[in-house]
Amino acid sequence: MSDQSLKRVDLIFGEYSNVKYKILADTLARTNDAILKDILDSGLRGRGGAGFPTAMKWKYTAETTSEEKYVICNADEGEPGTFKDREILLRVPRKVFSGMAICGKVIGSKKGYMYLRGEYRFMLNDLNRELDIYHEHAKKLGFDFTIEIRLGSGAYICGEESALFESMEGGRGEPRNKPPYPTTSGFMKKPTVINNVETFVNVMMIMRLGPDQYKKLGTTDSRGSKVFSVSGDTPIPGIYELELGMPLDRFVDEFGDGDTKAVQVGGASGFCVPRKKFKDTVIGFEGVPTGGSMMIFNSSRSMYNVLHNYLEFFQEESCGQCTPCRVGCQQLLKGIVAVKKGEKKAAYLDQLMKLSESMKITAKCGLGQSVANSFSSIVNNFKEEMIY
Amino acid sequence: MANKVNLTIDGINVAVDEGKTILEAARSLNIHIPTLCYHEDLCVAGNCRVCVVEQEKVKTLPASCAMPVSEGMVIHTNSMKVRLARKHIVELLLSEHNADCTKCYKNGNCELQGLASQMLTGDHMFLDLVPDKKYTIDMFNSAIIKDDSRCIRCQRCVRTCEELQSVSALGVAHKGDKMKISTFFEHSLLEVVCTNCGQCVNRCPTGALIERNYIDQVWDAIYDPNKHVVVQTAPAVRIALGEALGMPSGKIVTGRMVAALKRLGFNAVLDTDFTADLTIIEEGHELLTRLKKALVDKDPSIALPMATSCSPGWIKFIEHTFPEFLPNLSTCKSPQQMFGALAKTYYAQKRKLDPKNIVSVSIMPCTAKKFEANRPEMRSSGYKDVDFVLTTRELGIMIKQAGLEFEALPEEKFDSFMGVSSGAAVIFGSTGGVMEAALRTAYEIVTGREVPFDGLNITPVRGTEGEVREASVLIERTVPAWNFLEGVELKCVVANGLAHAKTVMQNVRDGKANYHFIEIMACPGGCLGGGGQPIPTNPEIRAKRKEAIYAEDMGMSIRKSHENPEVAALYTEFLEKPLGHKSHELLHTHYTPRKRY
Amino acid sequence: MAECSELIKELANKYGRERSSLLPILQGVVERQNFLSDTCMTDIAKELDLSAAQVFGTATFYSFLDTEPRGKFVIRVCKTITCDMHGKKTIIQTLEDMLKIKVGETTPNKKFTLLETNCLGWCHEGPAMLINEIPFSGLTTEKIHDIISDYITK
Repeated sequence: MSDQSLKRVDLIFGEYSNVKYKILADTLARTNDAILKDILDSGLRGRGGAGFPTAMKWKYTAETTSEEKYVICNADEGEPGTFKDREILLRVPRKVFSGMAICGKVIGSKKGYMYLRGEYRFMLNDLNRELDIYHEHAKKLGFDFTIEIRLGSGAYICGEESALFESMEGGRGEPRNKPPYPTTSGFMKKPTVINNVETFVNVMMIMRLGPDQYKKLGTTDSRGSKVFSVSGDTPIPGIYELELGMPLDRFVDEFGDGDTKAVQVGGASGFCVPRKKFKDTVIGFEGVPTGGSMMIFNSSRSMYNVLHNYLEFFQEESCGQCTPCRVGCQQLLKGIVAVKKGEKKAAYLDQLMKLSESMKITAKCGLGQSVANSFSSIVNNFKEEMIY
Repeated sequence: MANKVNLTIDGINVAVDEGKTILEAARSLNIHIPTLCYHEDLCVAGNCRVCVVEQEKVKTLPASCAMPVSEGMVIHTNSMKVRLARKHIVELLLSEHNADCTKCYKNGNCELQGLASQMLTGDHMFLDLVPDKKYTIDMFNSAIIKDDSRCIRCQRCVRTCEELQSVSALGVAHKGDKMKISTFFEHSLLEVVCTNCGQCVNRCPTGALIERNYIDQVWDAIYDPNKHVVVQTAPAVRIALGEALGMPSGKIVTGRMVAALKRLGFNAVLDTDFTADLTIIEEGHELLTRLKKALVDKDPSIALPMATSCSPGWIKFIEHTFPEFLPNLSTCKSPQQMFGALAKTYYAQKRKLDPKNIVSVSIMPCTAKKFEANRPEMRSSGYKDVDFVLTTRELGIMIKQAGLEFEALPEEKFDSFMGVSSGAAVIFGSTGGVMEAALRTAYEIVTGREVPFDGLNITPVRGTEGEVREASVLIERTVPAWNFLEGVELKCVVANGLAHAKTVMQNVRDGKANYHFIEIMACPGGCLGGGGQPIPTNPEIRAKRKEAIYAEDMGMSIRKSHENPEVAALYTEFLEKPLGHKSHELLHTHYTPRKRY
Repeated sequence: MAECSELIKELANKYGRERSSLLPILQGVVERQNFLSDTCMTDIAKELDLSAAQVFGTATFYSFLDTEPRGKFVIRVCKTITCDMHGKKTIIQTLEDMLKIKVGETTPNKKFTLLETNCLGWCHEGPAMLINEIPFSGLTTEKIHDIISDYITK
């Protein structure tokens, strides 16, 4: 790309070293405090979307006295428009395993799991072969931390951390009440660090570059680079590693097809940004956060159809246990259909907006809470399309 | 002592123990936060979200049932945000719910209805989702009806079935908008491992799980001039019925209950307690006989420990879960079924009635009794021994239907015969009661002396909720006929709630425990906490009912089953002797192994 | 199904008999038998000392753990927004025409089942589908013809 307005980065996918597991070996020689300090100084925040400071998560878990602790890599990438974890696992699984192993060392865990979504089962054999190599190296290094892959089976909600634990424990993937948090009571009710695939790779970047260099990427609130999954109405869909903190208009200039009407940032559970707000929107924790999903819509698309599709998705993928999410999703979907068909007056949309606000503050987990994001941002910005 | 945490709720400062929830803290201040999925007996689910409150400096509204208090928390339970959110939630539940309340058995007793009327949800804020759902009703079972169209998916039933009963006949299935409470493959409750204990019915906030009621059939029988309708009342009904009729819990209403039944038009108001005493005689002799055959005759075919068989929920549980232990069950029928068999034989003969004109009704704290009465083996009189089983709740409804002012009724006495009973029979209604009653009699048979406990109160076997209680009684200075028991320490165990029953049986199976006599009641606290008892039933209410039961026992002039003169007369006039031929025909039964899944 | 209880024993030996082994066992059965039958689930319940309703409840939570008979090849077409935008409907139509079944159905010879599914993670190359675990993306009518022709002979 000739346009240098967006800084492409090549850290996640780039080679760190010709020697396999060299950075892991180097890091294992360091003290836990030093490692934690580097991660803290780097400002790394979780790459799954919620953006919790990684160092704090690790520190809290490290401080618990439990004999058993777990490291879990959340590879249940199910957010519509996201496919970066698949790419990372296909291309640089070693970095993921190394990141997990470093976490194991820091928190004092001997066992790691990767929860891989069922849709990615085709990668399982390759990943297991890579794991064999990891285990050989760990053995050579005298490092007692094993990793096992568990498969999901087609349930979006299992990407929610406590639902993921429930699933791994053999149950329905229903989110738990919080507190307690995973740092004290996670998988098997033991202290657990659960991080996104990309977060573990970022830890590796920090270990390699040092926090000062890592910090040079991104903005104060959003350090480092981010892998973006770009799809929709774009001539160049795919995976891009970009600096965090970029303005959306620059993103659209580069990836749009010249007729971009809206960008859905952060998947179905994220926000829809209309053209008029591109300029003022920053992609990052200070603006619109994202797990990496960027879906571009041009002016030929009906935003009603987009919202309808999202709501169908949520209605099916809600675990169903809590009222606001289970019934709220059904009402939002049925409600927009009724308005579109003229069975309900346009003012009913206001009623639904209030409902979505209630869902946002009363749902048990992030899924139900985030339905309002796309609902309100689409309905607010494309009201005519909802009615006519 | 637990650390105290300071917080503010609706402007009131309060210090509560660490680990308490916001809901508990609010209750301590008499601030009422509405709940639906919450139940004192169950683990916290936090899924209905009705109990949300506003916490300052927090964006979301935490569910007060699930959120532990923390220092400095500032909570508002009735802010504008909270009110709208709660109304939305109740409206959402109603939109998924078949709300034709006037056609619902729980009309007037429904927690969702209560919340709806409180919140004035008359304006149907949202679209009706019911037409989109393919709701079904399972009405194949003789005890419990499951109507999915009334279910609000609070999962109280699922938690009850799993946590309290370890049965898990009910589970949660599917997800999203299709999520529902379901049995295995959505089979009828009749076809799965359900024990009919009715604990789910007792906890269901709506009309989704209800007892199959036989109120109209009983009225029809009463109105039929050709029928002689006898009614028996179980021990635990008399200490709970008042609750169904507006009285506080823990009131003994035996006399009023009898008066009410007479005014309803039953031809004879008799007492299950009579056959509870009879059960003790039969079961006590059965235990002693088994001990003799095992210890003296060294008969290897004798199954020990022997387990009680009064609780039909327990019977169905063991048939499904531990069929290998069926020989260990006492062959005695439950008091209800002994009564039924005698009503259409002994009673009919004595009253010169044609048994085919007798309608035998029982009032039970139990839903499993409905299933029990319908068992094919329960027809030893040549007729269906018990025609209709009503729960305490159903009797409450009949009394209301008849327009009786229950509290104002005079206290009346049971008809005789089959109406006299002892304190030992009354305590059948509480966990440990059968054990205690049996010991009061068996000890005396074996030693010729009363049990060596102050006031005949064998407190070590009085069960407690939530635990398996083990006790032993040393047998000393026996009468000659039972001298083989000299020095034997009779080992007993008492458990209530099927989860604890499972523990006991696993211990027996795995050789970890060595008992002679096991008492199991399927329901928490025993029959006083039965599935057919007034709603709500919770730990506090059960404790009051238990107090009342033991008070009733203490107030009885006869305290031991073998001193019941009507039982003695029954043997002389009819049965001849315990475990005799007639007994075997009428009072004993057999069991059926059932599939585990 | 006698083979079912043997398979479950084999899977339980491999993954263990803890509750946490349930998902791998269910997945193992679906992998071999395409779906979870009534008897299979009761066998699993027995093997893991769970109630059958618990096994059923867990299985029905996951869209890949089918509890209805499925064909040898289960086709799951992504219906999420970007695949939808890029011609998912045509793909479904083509598959329905080729297989002579509708979405949700199985061919009479039990070879193919056609289903829709939520986001498969191939949004940049939509429309996409899975046939069993193998993903196919960038689908066109021609591509579908080639792929299905290939599978028909498998």
